Amino acid sequence: MTSIAKPPIRHPGLERNALGLTRRDYEGAMSTLCAGCGHDSVTAALVQALFEMSVTPHRVAKLSGIGCSSKTTAYFLRQAHGFNSVHGRMPSIATGVGAANRALTLVGVSGDGDSLSIGLGQLCHAIRRNVDMLYVLENNGVYGLTKGQFSASADVGSKAKRGEANLQQPMDPVLLALTLGATFVARGFSGDKEQLVPLLKAGLAHRGFALVDVVSPCVTFNDHEGSTKSYLSTRKRHRDVAPVDFVPLGREITASYGAGEALSVTMHDGSRVRFRKLADDYDPTDREAAYRHVSRAQAKGEVVTGLLYVQPGAPEMHALAGTVDEPLVDLPFEALCPGSAALDELMAELG
Amino acid sequence: MSKPRQRVERIFPPPGPSAEAPSVDTGGASAVEPRSGADGSPSAGGFDSVDAISFAEDGLRTATDDGARVNDFAFKVGTVNGTGSASANSLLLQAIFRMGIPVSGKNVFPSNIQGLPTWYEIRVNGAGYTARTPDFDLVVAMNPSTFARDVAEVRPGGWVLHDSSWPFDEALRREDVAFVGIPLGRMCVNAFAGSRERTLMKNIAYAGALAALLDLDLGEMGRIIRDDFARKPKLIDSNFTALHLGYDYAREHFACPLPIRLRRMDATRGCVMMDGNTAAALGCVYAGATVGAWYPITPSTSLMDAFGAFCARFRTDAATGARRYAIVQAEDELSAAGIAIGAGWAGARAFTPTSGPGISLMGEFIGLAYYAEIPAVFFDVQRTGPSTGMPTRTQQGDLMALAYASHGDTKHLVLFPSDPAECFHMAVQAFDLAERFQTPVFVASDLDIGMNDWMIPRLAWDDAYRPDRGKVLSADELEGIAKFSRYADGDGDGIAARSLPGVHPAGAYFTRGSGHDRDAAYTEDAAAYQEVVDRIARKLRGAASAVPAPEIRRAPGAELGIVAVGSGHGAVREAVDRLAERGVPLDYLRVRGFPFDASVHAFLEERETTFVVEQNRDGQLRALLLLETGIAGARLASIRDYGGVPLSARRVVDGVLSHLSMVEA
Repeated sequence: MTSIAKPPIRHPGLERNALGLTRRDYEGAMSTLCAGCGHDSVTAALVQALFEMSVTPHRVAKLSGIGCSSKTTAYFLRQAHGFNSVHGRMPSIATGVGAANRALTLVGVSGDGDSLSIGLGQLCHAIRRNVDMLYVLENNGVYGLTKGQFSASADVGSKAKRGEANLQQPMDPVLLALTLGATFVARGFSGDKEQLVPLLKAGLAHRGFALVDVVSPCVTFNDHEGSTKSYLSTRKRHRDVAPVDFVPLGREITASYGAGEALSVTMHDGSRVRFRKLADDYDPTDREAAYRHVSRAQAKGEVVTGLLYVQPGAPEMHALAGTVDEPLVDLPFEALCPGSAALDELMAELG
Repeated sequence: MSKPRQRVERIFPPPGPSAEAPSVDTGGASAVEPRSGADGSPSAGGFDSVDAISFAEDGLRTATDDGARVNDFAFKVGTVNGTGSASANSLLLQAIFRMGIPVSGKNVFPSNIQGLPTWYEIRVNGAGYTARTPDFDLVVAMNPSTFARDVAEVRPGGWVLHDSSWPFDEALRREDVAFVGIPLGRMCVNAFAGSRERTLMKNIAYAGALAALLDLDLGEMGRIIRDDFARKPKLIDSNFTALHLGYDYAREHFACPLPIRLRRMDATRGCVMMDGNTAAALGCVYAGATVGAWYPITPSTSLMDAFGAFCARFRTDAATGARRYAIVQAEDELSAAGIAIGAGWAGARAFTPTSGPGISLMGEFIGLAYYAEIPAVFFDVQRTGPSTGMPTRTQQGDLMALAYASHGDTKHLVLFPSDPAECFHMAVQAFDLAERFQTPVFVASDLDIGMNDWMIPRLAWDDAYRPDRGKVLSADELEGIAKFSRYADGDGDGIAARSLPGVHPAGAYFTRGSGHDRDAAYTEDAAAYQEVVDRIARKLRGAASAVPAPEIRRAPGAELGIVAVGSGHGAVREAVDRLAERGVPLDYLRVRGFPFDASVHAFLEERETTFVVEQNRDGQLRALLLLETGIAGARLASIRDYGGVPLSARRVVDGVLSHLSMVEA
């Protein structure tokens, strides 16, 4: 257990956000994951990001499938509804929730088994629909709850705890999402909170499907020598394309950079994402360049992280469908039922 | 255009002995009042007022006009799929309906876009018996590949209308039927230029020939064509030309009309022709459903097509074009179920239409919605299974699968519409029940109801209706709450109050399909787990009296009972009347909801033998009755029909009589 139930005492000195809430207001139940689990760090980063973004806790819907990762939606935002659905099917639940109530902030948490094996189709089609949500994929290359089988993201040659090596090609959610036309694609590392929090914040600000793949080591089954998803291996191999600052709407950028050094992308809500010191003329708004960069680095054994691609203006699910601005759940019955006169008219037309 | 010289031929067939005397037919007034008497639909009793028609003694033939049968016959059109016969058949059906004569059309079509054989069966019955009949007085044999089979299906003494443009294979001639040859192809080749138009218009030409042969009102047909092609005047001309090609030829060469003929009556007033998928979609619109998720599957696809069309008309902002609904075409049925359940969880009225294979795929999600107590409505437009089965044929093969869908202990609310009118009303009821009981609700339609046009009373709407949203806590209620326990039975009815996301922080809870206690917290504790599942069982028991009650019609002196479900109703109603005439009165119960109301068990206990009629191989309704009521198996005799075509009264009459003769022997 990496966290314990904490007494609901608010120290007067705790930092408060724009809503007057403290970080504690964004926490949830006690984690039941293994001590040192990468997922708990991701949870902590989510708490931090939601707090800093001043998201109203009960206006969030937390969605997940099945697996270690999917349990974590219980561990943050206790004031928000959570939905731990069935294995691999969270994207369809998210689609339904988003269709019904577009005013909610959807935060989905999934894993590599959930998203890349049993639920691969659902992930792909949620990307295609561009469901407006933050989708965190906690990626550890292994099935934890069933005790250590390889997942579809296990790298070729990566070894299981008992020694056998994976021989099948891995799936990379980042390359997959880029191929499918995802409008926001990022990768972080659970061991690098400084990098991860701005990525999550940018994902929350993005209108549309924001995929954040997080390499999140499994300390029990996949954190040994020979694993490519261990803390050690990831620390060695991950390469940040550029440190990212998330700048909320109305906040001034204080740091200054030399000409050509930084790139600023304005998000739908007016906030900005600032890329510092982009590597190799990397352009995060060029899908093909992003794909090339990530796959070339992968061939060299590197894990590219950062905000890899963003397309802020793309229409999300409701814009594509032409739905009214008001959430469908808030429409009064009178706006939905055509009434007896319309039915009489229809019947007259029929005969 | 060439006009073959042919003398006017009388085509009364030879009076040959009936090889297979139809054992079923109308006898006019029914001993038992049809349920539709009250809601204005045509009733068998209403037939008495049409004094031009009387019944022959054997109850088989309606005789007037020198022994002609008026408004009581059936015919069948055999064509090639994709050649445009659907519009000609629809024209025939609509025109008969507009002549005020009760009529039904059954489309027996292949799973194919173009090239395979397809049939359309039309039954005309002034008494309002419009269930399918296997006894065809006339066959229009347009498809060379099924010609032999089509000829074989005509009853002795019947007629075969065929295209005489082609050489006739004398080996196929039957002496006991009359062949009416009309050079439809040749006439259309002469009259029209393009090959597509020639093919299409051949169909309108046979419709024209039938108009002459059956005394179908040409004026009605013309009006329908004008309405249908109001925006394409050129097509009106072509259709009129083709219609007259057939009509004039038949009039010139044959003694028209045939002894089977139509005469205008007034039995369709207040009625419309409609299919069940359209009606169910309309019900979804009227119930206030906002989220529809689906994956295309025959025969349910037209339900979402219709929902989209109605929403485009009724739910689209005139100024901005913004939509007050969301339709999501999912990647598969698993996703469609997930979308409906996600939307239901968020507080929308959500649904998904599908068929048997889709229900199988949705199984896991259905269990989640049952256990986590989330409303969603599922339309199962059943088709012939198992597996892909015969996807364009009808069956009631999913009864068992729906009643207990998913793994673990589950049981579901299932509604059984028997016609499109009930599809409309039960769609609305399904949303009310799903929200009141916070559980998936299934509407078990089938291909026959869903895709065929049925004559139903005009649908009406009560503007006083308000949705039953069930126990949903508002922000104000949550504001004052000491502790929200999502799965606690506050009122003793097994139904716990729910909260919707985004409404109030005090309503937050963690929805899960894993073991949970009354507070929705994870549990592996036996008592805490059982508290929740026992309450759900209690809730479902309460639902038995909330689902639509069975329809019961009693017959004086009946010692036997008969039970049916869904689309079998028309055939069973007819069979019950027919059997009463033969001295076998039956009390009739039609199941309309599951779990079964106590009145179902009581009905079965009333008598020693009850027939259970259904359209599947294994007697699934009978099995459900045995399981759920505990009645002894020997007391339920099974009549099953599962070949994929709609049930006929003859099948039911034969089934009952053969059982009784076996018992007597």
